[in-house]
Amino acid sequence: MAIEAVDHAHWSPLLGRLGLDAIPQEPIVLATFAVVVLGGVAMLAALTYFRLWGYLWKEWFTSVDHKKIGVMYMALGLVMFLRGFADAVMMRIQQAMAFNGNEGYLNSHHYDQIFTAHGVIMIFFVAMPFVTGLMNYIVPLQIGARDVSFPFLNNFSFWMTTAGAVLVMMSLFVGEFAQTGWLAYPPLSNLAYSPWVGVDYYIWALQIAGVGTLLSGVNLIATIVKMRCPGMTMMRMPIFTWTALCTNILIVAAFPVLTAVLCMLTVDRYLGFNFFTNDFGGNAMMYVNLIWIWGHPEVYILILPIFGVFSEITSTFCGKRLFGYSSMVYATLVITILSYVVWLHHFFTMGSGASVNSFFGITTMVISIPTGAKLFNWLFTMYRGRIRFELPMMWTVAFMLTFVVGGMTGVLLAVPPADFVLHNSLFLIAHFHNVIIGGVVFGVFAAINYWWPKAFGFRLNQFWGKVSFWCWVTGFWFAFMPLYVLGLMGVTRRMRVFDDPSLQVWFGIAAFGAFLIALGIGAMLIQFAVSIRNREALRDETGDPWDGRTLEWSTSSPPPEYNFAFTPIVHDIDAWADMKACKVARPLGGFRPIHMPKGTGTGVILAGLSTALGFAMIWYIWWLAALSFVGIIGYAIVHTFNYRRDYHIPAATVAETEAARTRRLAAAGA
Amino acid sequence: MFALAASAYRAIMRDPESPQKPRFLRASFRTLAALALMGALAACNSVVLRPAGDVARQQSDLVVVSTVLMLIIIVPVMALTVFFAWRYRASNSAAEYQPDWDHSTQLELVIWAAPLLIIICLGALTWVGTHLLDPYRAIGRLDEHTPVAPDARPLEIDVVALDWKWLFIYPEQGVATVNELVVPTGRPLQFRITSSSVMNSFYVPAMAGQIYAMPGMETRLHAVMNRPVTSVGFSANYSGAGFSNMRFPVRALGSDGFDRWIGEVRATGVKPQPAGRPADDVVPGDPPVPMLGGTLDRAAYLTLEKPSEKVPSIRFAAVDPQLYDAVVNMCVEPGKMCTSEMMAIDMRGGLGKAGIRNVSMLAYDKHGRQATLAAKANPGEAVRRELAWVRALCARAPGKTPDGTVRPPLDPRALGGAGLPAPGTAQSRAPASASFPLLSRN
Repeated sequence: MAIEAVDHAHWSPLLGRLGLDAIPQEPIVLATFAVVVLGGVAMLAALTYFRLWGYLWKEWFTSVDHKKIGVMYMALGLVMFLRGFADAVMMRIQQAMAFNGNEGYLNSHHYDQIFTAHGVIMIFFVAMPFVTGLMNYIVPLQIGARDVSFPFLNNFSFWMTTAGAVLVMMSLFVGEFAQTGWLAYPPLSNLAYSPWVGVDYYIWALQIAGVGTLLSGVNLIATIVKMRCPGMTMMRMPIFTWTALCTNILIVAAFPVLTAVLCMLTVDRYLGFNFFTNDFGGNAMMYVNLIWIWGHPEVYILILPIFGVFSEITSTFCGKRLFGYSSMVYATLVITILSYVVWLHHFFTMGSGASVNSFFGITTMVISIPTGAKLFNWLFTMYRGRIRFELPMMWTVAFMLTFVVGGMTGVLLAVPPADFVLHNSLFLIAHFHNVIIGGVVFGVFAAINYWWPKAFGFRLNQFWGKVSFWCWVTGFWFAFMPLYVLGLMGVTRRMRVFDDPSLQVWFGIAAFGAFLIALGIGAMLIQFAVSIRNREALRDETGDPWDGRTLEWSTSSPPPEYNFAFTPIVHDIDAWADMKACKVARPLGGFRPIHMPKGTGTGVILAGLSTALGFAMIWYIWWLAALSFVGIIGYAIVHTFNYRRDYHIPAATVAETEAARTRRLAAAGA
Repeated sequence: MFALAASAYRAIMRDPESPQKPRFLRASFRTLAALALMGALAACNSVVLRPAGDVARQQSDLVVVSTVLMLIIIVPVMALTVFFAWRYRASNSAAEYQPDWDHSTQLELVIWAAPLLIIICLGALTWVGTHLLDPYRAIGRLDEHTPVAPDARPLEIDVVALDWKWLFIYPEQGVATVNELVVPTGRPLQFRITSSSVMNSFYVPAMAGQIYAMPGMETRLHAVMNRPVTSVGFSANYSGAGFSNMRFPVRALGSDGFDRWIGEVRATGVKPQPAGRPADDVVPGDPPVPMLGGTLDRAAYLTLEKPSEKVPSIRFAAVDPQLYDAVVNMCVEPGKMCTSEMMAIDMRGGLGKAGIRNVSMLAYDKHGRQATLAAKANPGEAVRRELAWVRALCARAPGKTPDGTVRPPLDPRALGGAGLPAPGTAQSRAPASASFPLLSRN
């Protein structure tokens, strides 16, 4: 098989670079395409048949309710998770096969897109939506607010993230995705070495989704700073809200760097600039520095809220106040600040001097001190507690045992001479999957199991949850421990074929681990389906199924549109536990009309236009780019004249909703 | 404190310069290390933990020592997690239950101080280890017992990462190889590393840690091979479609063996050899594989540079001594200005408008691997476009600019204040150098 030099050089005013050659010819992609099309048509038909379009549009797509947007973020994350996992399985199969001259079943053009897409999707379109979704749903409830500060902005942010995801999915069937690795280092990602649309898909998907992320960061900071209920001082905020605050500060400070560096890459590719080219004074090292100045805080953007999740869960299921609340808060703040002074540890091997390398190595290690303190705090929360091993707590213990190993290998990689032998190896891959799966993914599953009853009013099925848990945890160890070993055997990441047959057994074990994880994902989907089917049996009327400690458990499940009929007043860190201890009575009368924001379709429309803009820029369809750009600006201006932004829920409706809840509580015997 | 750390480091790392050798420490570390890693690695050949070169060996020792240091805190945490989870389970009503216990200053001190202490140790180790094992630093010892002789001259090897193969130039011997690295044992090695198109990482795990190979830049690596060994080297940084096969065999030979091998290269390197895929991998219809051999000059390099995969070893009996510098400065192609020349001109103040003509001579990326392939279909197009651009920029035809438009460059010292008269002295400004030595590429 010769190096493919496919000529995509044609351009027409109407369709730009788009032509029939944009449809991939590989049978695997064509089959996937057919399945997706059939599935899509079936879904659209079902939606039409059951007349769900109006419901979805009115109740969900145009909703500015932070709870619905939170659920939509989680749904987006789940769908993209399945795509990202499919990529992972394809890689595991390829690497388990490609020995002894066997080329495997993926050529380099296809395989290189898969590992790039896997990284991009898992970080930007799985982990980020999961984390943002959790923060969106939980934070306003935890601080006793009725919505976020800027409800429309929230809806718009979600749809911009979705627009990015749509572009990434489009690249699977129209054109190609980047073949550069998930951070698209130049010069490889520059026009000379990646001439077709792959990197352009990458740039525009990330830029458009980045707008959403940044705006949701601004929104949540404003919400947490300005909308806490009376009595909730900063040092009485639930830990999850604290971590959400720090995460959003990181988002607001870090994402503009990503935007800027992608802009520079864009002008390099589109306008012949020379920021990162080899010639004319360009320097790829600048890109690597800039992208990691965003990239390292990004890691903490993902993990900090998850630390918050574990803090809430540990305290709840141990039936105990969180040990060392203030040291937990300071640890979070220290991590937030330190995450900005460690970026260079991602490329010690670039040839910086020894003093620079040691500085960044040592700052990296220093981060492990507050992280370690957090771990001890959870540990001592368990100490002298009454631990109920419900699913969220099981995930938490699995996290504690898994994450410390990932943390240890992380500190090891922070020692520059050690990094020289392990950089870019499968040891590194094992390390960051160890912290991202063992931390973020386990945390998200813990959170889903923990807050699902709050969001939908019924618990998740335990049996299938446990099946999923055990498959996931053992699958994880099987899938990634072999990669540590392979890394120590000097095996590099992103390899498509191997010539040392002694490695195959390890890849076989890793593939088996991936299979177990697939079972875990299957069991989780079954868990959702079974729970939805048996929802009446699993129903929770109290709104507080776990004997919770924070404000979100004080309202009904699912919470009414307005969250709280009266804004709560807080006297302690564990506000709801305190209220229960003091036997604070639920208000039953004297309701007043509640002022609420009104839904709008503007978010969907602007994000749709942004998708068109991105697509047009990717394919050089200049007329469409201009048109959609004008459309975005124009529609944004039109939206400023929309004065129907709010409404009042009449006092009678509130009274009725609350009375219904009183009846349900009485029936449940609470 | 760092002095203390340094001596501890030396003790652990068995540095011959260190006066005392606490053998018990050494022994205990090695035992612990063995215990920690034997389980997983007994069956497999971990080249990273059992390398043949002293630099890689010290690096792997650091891996082990750091791991052991961290296990001091990780193991108790894991054990406590399991113990607490079991001890305080809800069904165990015998266990103490204190729902409001949420603070203990002593405990807080311990949980912040214990990791801090470990990190202080590890940080000191890192600082010293990073400086001692800096790839730019010439090595001070051949192995734990033998310091490098003061008059020892390292063997220099110039490495160029090409799409998707490796070129090794031996300037001292005047030979070059592709995808074959042979080094003598027991002699310090000094690698100068660059790349032709995109970023790669030069990594021979048996010898020393990796360092990036970047176009237009040069990185360095110092290492030594301690015993004869046959191993493998590769690119550790993804660089495009042919990345997976960007691997080369590495052999370390005794000095006699190395000299014999050089003789072999000189003898076999004169014959033309196929510079492409092995014969059994060529599909009918592919363009014919070019033949290379003899002297590696600029023309041969430009042929070699074109993207290709799975290239078998190629040997060159002789090599253009300026080639490596031309590669680093991106001016192998005839008519290109070297970046070093441009930088020298810029440092002297630039050439004003006339300098615009230089710009076209710096273009490099447009000959990137895809463009190289495309240009084959339409030769001359790139040249035509470039000339049209230069014509548009220059009022006069290229080459006809009168010398008067070339301004004498500023004296760079004046910018730093160095050339200015001291305050209060009547002495006028020192005359700027009216001309500067025009750099020519020889």
